[in-house]
Amino acid sequence: MEPKVLVIDEKDNVAVALEDIPAGSEISLPDGRRFDAVSHIPYSHKVALVALSAGDTVVKYGEGIGCAADDIEVGELVHTHNLKPTEGT
Amino acid sequence: MDTFTGYERANGSVGVRNHVAIIPTVSCVNGVAGLIAKEAPLGVPLFHGHGCGRAGRDLELHVRTLTNLGKHPNVGAVLVVGLGCEVIKAEHLSSAIAESGKPVEYLEVQAEGGSLKTAAKGLELLNGLIASVGKEKRTEVGMDRLIMGLECGGSDAFSGVTANPSVGVVADWLVEEGGTVILTENTEMIGTSHILERRACSPEVAAEIKSMIYAAEQRTRDILGQYASLVIAPGNMDGGMSSIQEKSLGCIAKGGSSAIKQVIDYAGVPSEKGLVLMDAPGYDTESMAGLAASGAQVILFTTGQGNPIGFPIVPVIKIASTSRLYRSMEDDIDIDAGVVLEGKSLADVADDIKSLLVRVLNGEHSSAERNEQSGITCLYVTNPSF
Repeated sequence: MEPKVLVIDEKDNVAVALEDIPAGSEISLPDGRRFDAVSHIPYSHKVALVALSAGDTVVKYGEGIGCAADDIEVGELVHTHNLKPTEGT
Repeated sequence: MDTFTGYERANGSVGVRNHVAIIPTVSCVNGVAGLIAKEAPLGVPLFHGHGCGRAGRDLELHVRTLTNLGKHPNVGAVLVVGLGCEVIKAEHLSSAIAESGKPVEYLEVQAEGGSLKTAAKGLELLNGLIASVGKEKRTEVGMDRLIMGLECGGSDAFSGVTANPSVGVVADWLVEEGGTVILTENTEMIGTSHILERRACSPEVAAEIKSMIYAAEQRTRDILGQYASLVIAPGNMDGGMSSIQEKSLGCIAKGGSSAIKQVIDYAGVPSEKGLVLMDAPGYDTESMAGLAASGAQVILFTTGQGNPIGFPIVPVIKIASTSRLYRSMEDDIDIDAGVVLEGKSLADVADDIKSLLVRVLNGEHSSAERNEQSGITCLYVTNPSF
């Protein structure tokens, strides 16, 4: 099966969808982790790989790209509705 | 150590092409430069829109750019075509370029008695220059002699996922080999100042990075006004970009992960090896002219939406972010990094880029060269002309 998502850096806690991923479909990572998408993840958008609490740093490219505005579940879409810019950058 | 073959120049630089450049001092003589080039296909004209009507900072910037384009390692000899009454004088530009030790000739349209007479005499001079560079031979040199420029144009949501990180792996490899990599497009760095500052090799370089990116953000706000948020605010980006940091991280991924050794001005020549940042805008053709003038012998250009443009004296290698783009503009693209989306590793795509890069350095034409996509040389300006 072709991978549905791409993890860019090993420090990342989000992955990029390589196709439209409907809610409920299984996502598997090269390291063997498996989880279900809990929301629809559109092509090229981000999915959470771990559970994040409000205020946690969202990491992509191995760097912070903002913080969680709310608690985010594993398999949930991460975008402007639940990610806010990090202060002071 | 990896190697490539090139033309060793008198000033110690190494060219990967052996062009004879025809440089107009001023836009008014582009037509004359064109007449000469038409009769001698081995002459490469650098048409541009400047050379007069400016003073101060922009004049200095244009003199530096034209001089450094003339001194470029890929250029074996130069014919400067002047008008006579312009601000940037043919005699001055020629002697500045000749400091590099290469043959330079110049002539002026007003002194020669018009465009046709200048073209006839210019062709004679050019043929002499072509004969002189024709004797030069390639020798094998180490990658430490290479300066590689990086550019992205017409990005899409996958530029930062496939093409740019693959290029980043190549950039890290070249730095390891002792070579130089120039990352530019300061508008694409907005939001990542703290990350790039952390990678600076000294507090002074960190301060220069901070000031360059701060100025780029202010300038973007000044120029775009109420539309600035389309470029620099989160939430207005399509394709899943959720913050300015995320967008810019995708852009700076081209530079890899090594320490930043220096910040150079537009068209400045780096004095350090390793990763260097150039203070140039995101506008593709202007930043490529800056990269070329800085002495980059080759440019890696990633694109998500597709862009055919090359540069007259520098091979430009095009890397597509998706296979869909690769298939739709196959004639213009050299490498399909979209295969990362099908599971190919960034390291494997980087190996493909490296192997093509070495072939292009050794003389194989990139798509932009094959398709004659030189266009005109677009010089950066900071103020209107008078």
